[in-house]
Amino acid sequence: MVSFPPVSSASDQLRALDAARWRIAISLTAAMTVIYVAFILLIAYAKPLLATRIAPGLSLGILLGVLVIFAAWLLILVYVRWANRHYDTALAALRRDSDAK
Amino acid sequence: MNGASQPNIVAMGGFVLFIGLSLVITWMAARRTKSTEHFFAAGRTITGTQNGLALAGDYMSAASFLGIAGLVSLSGFDGLIYSIGFLVGWPVVMFLIAEPLRNLGKYTFTDVVAFRLKQTPVRVASAFGGLAVVAFYLIAQMVGAGNLIRLLFGLPYETAVIIVGVVMLAYVLFGGMLATTWVQIVKAVLLLGGAFMLAMLVLLRFSMNPLALFDAAAQRYGEAVLAPGRLVSDPLDAISLGIALMFGTAGLPHILMRFYTVPDAKTARVSVSVATAAIGAFYLLTFILGFGAMVLVGQDAIRAVDAGGNMAAPLLAEVVGGQAFLGFIAAVAFATILAVVAGLTLAGAAALSHDIWVSVVRGGHATEREQFVLARASTVLLAIASIVLGIAFKGQNVAYMVGLAFAIAASANFPALILSIFWRGFTTRGAQFSMIVGTVSSLLLIYLSPAIQIDILKAESAWFPLRNPGLITIPLSFAVGIVVSLVSPEPEAARRFSEVEQRIHFGD
Repeated sequence: MVSFPPVSSASDQLRALDAARWRIAISLTAAMTVIYVAFILLIAYAKPLLATRIAPGLSLGILLGVLVIFAAWLLILVYVRWANRHYDTALAALRRDSDAK
Repeated sequence: MNGASQPNIVAMGGFVLFIGLSLVITWMAARRTKSTEHFFAAGRTITGTQNGLALAGDYMSAASFLGIAGLVSLSGFDGLIYSIGFLVGWPVVMFLIAEPLRNLGKYTFTDVVAFRLKQTPVRVASAFGGLAVVAFYLIAQMVGAGNLIRLLFGLPYETAVIIVGVVMLAYVLFGGMLATTWVQIVKAVLLLGGAFMLAMLVLLRFSMNPLALFDAAAQRYGEAVLAPGRLVSDPLDAISLGIALMFGTAGLPHILMRFYTVPDAKTARVSVSVATAAIGAFYLLTFILGFGAMVLVGQDAIRAVDAGGNMAAPLLAEVVGGQAFLGFIAAVAFATILAVVAGLTLAGAAALSHDIWVSVVRGGHATEREQFVLARASTVLLAIASIVLGIAFKGQNVAYMVGLAFAIAASANFPALILSIFWRGFTTRGAQFSMIVGTVSSLLLIYLSPAIQIDILKAESAWFPLRNPGLITIPLSFAVGIVVSLVSPEPEAARRFSEVEQRIHFGD
């Protein structure tokens, strides 16, 4: 649960929720961008490193490529869990409050 | 290998059978949705899973199936850059775009940009950018479809492209309204199923071990195929392509449109999860299809059929599953192209007839009949343009072509969309300039790039060194949007931003 001080008004609560939503959204976007751009930079500037063979048929590049796809899945999972648990609950509470008035 | 010269009756029969079957399924499904709800109103009752599959269907175009498999088969690891780049755009859509888009808009992403700005200038600029994206996406589909028909029926490429263009035109004109969500769902399932079967048939020959397959590729064509190489020899080229792929998804008009078919923001969230799962799984399969074609078909045989490598997956189907399977895979690929082209053409026709003609030329007043005629005329216009361009871009890889469409989308639409959601100070002029500069600069740099100058116009050198313009045009479009907004403040737009802040969470 996202908890709010009981004294705050509905608009303060919405502002807090808004800030929390963007904090999560921007951090996760940044995480995806950093992972992917790092991968692209390795492709651009560290070709020999990515050519390193880990096992027969498996280069570091291919392994990292698969991991980037898994990372995308994982970050989406993190967001969906946060949104389902915290964001939706807080939003529903705000809606109830405004309906009650 | 019988290649393009020897059309095979089994493959042709399989092709016609599966195309017919998929059209019947689509038609029945579409008819059922029609009888239960109004066709367009049914839009907002699509479930999250259905919409997720439809998104995946829209996204996995000829580029993904034919283009990436081809690039991997010819260039090895370098082709995988597209697989990965096409996927990482989805988390960006999820975190930044999907829910605000659903809550702020009505029918298109332009609604969101125009929400607190002046409607007409924003709509014109966005139609302009939208059409450019649609055009490049269409060219890629035409090149893919033309090659496919040539391979299957042994026709010259140019004839094949004209036939494909006419078939698609007929499909969109007469069945356009059926070509909605269900087309994409049927297609997404077919494509995932077909790719999975193909991958399994390949792996059967390598004791179900992908590494054994990759190793076989390395032994035949050298260890280099497992590492970055020729395709991204210029580091800046790699970065430019990567950025365009990542941010392009969030600017594709036909993808963004799909978020309005679901009832609320939470369903939009479910849609993206399902879409990302399906698309990611599909792109993991392209690793196997690409290297499978490299080993089992061979690079020379693939290049002999199409210089761009686009026929790698169908040729692989022929090797591992025979003529009937080739027919099936070709049908799946063709259905994929038809569905994507139908969606693109309708989106383009809507931009031409609704945003440009009705809003601007007629000042918002046009009869129902006039709009109907115009939408069809725009469709014909787009079909002719795509046939001409499809012939001009012969031999280009379709994944590369779609990469260009992504660069335009990321430059023309993405910055304006983000700034309109995030920034109070964004103005009508800022949006207008950002979208127009984004579109024009990316078109211009594509024209000056080696792909057009050297490959198509046969010039000695190209003025602009990068094959994908994203690295320059995306930051440029952001900068123009911000600077122009700062010098042309719009108090009314800033005042109405609090409405945006409210609706981002609560919807309407």
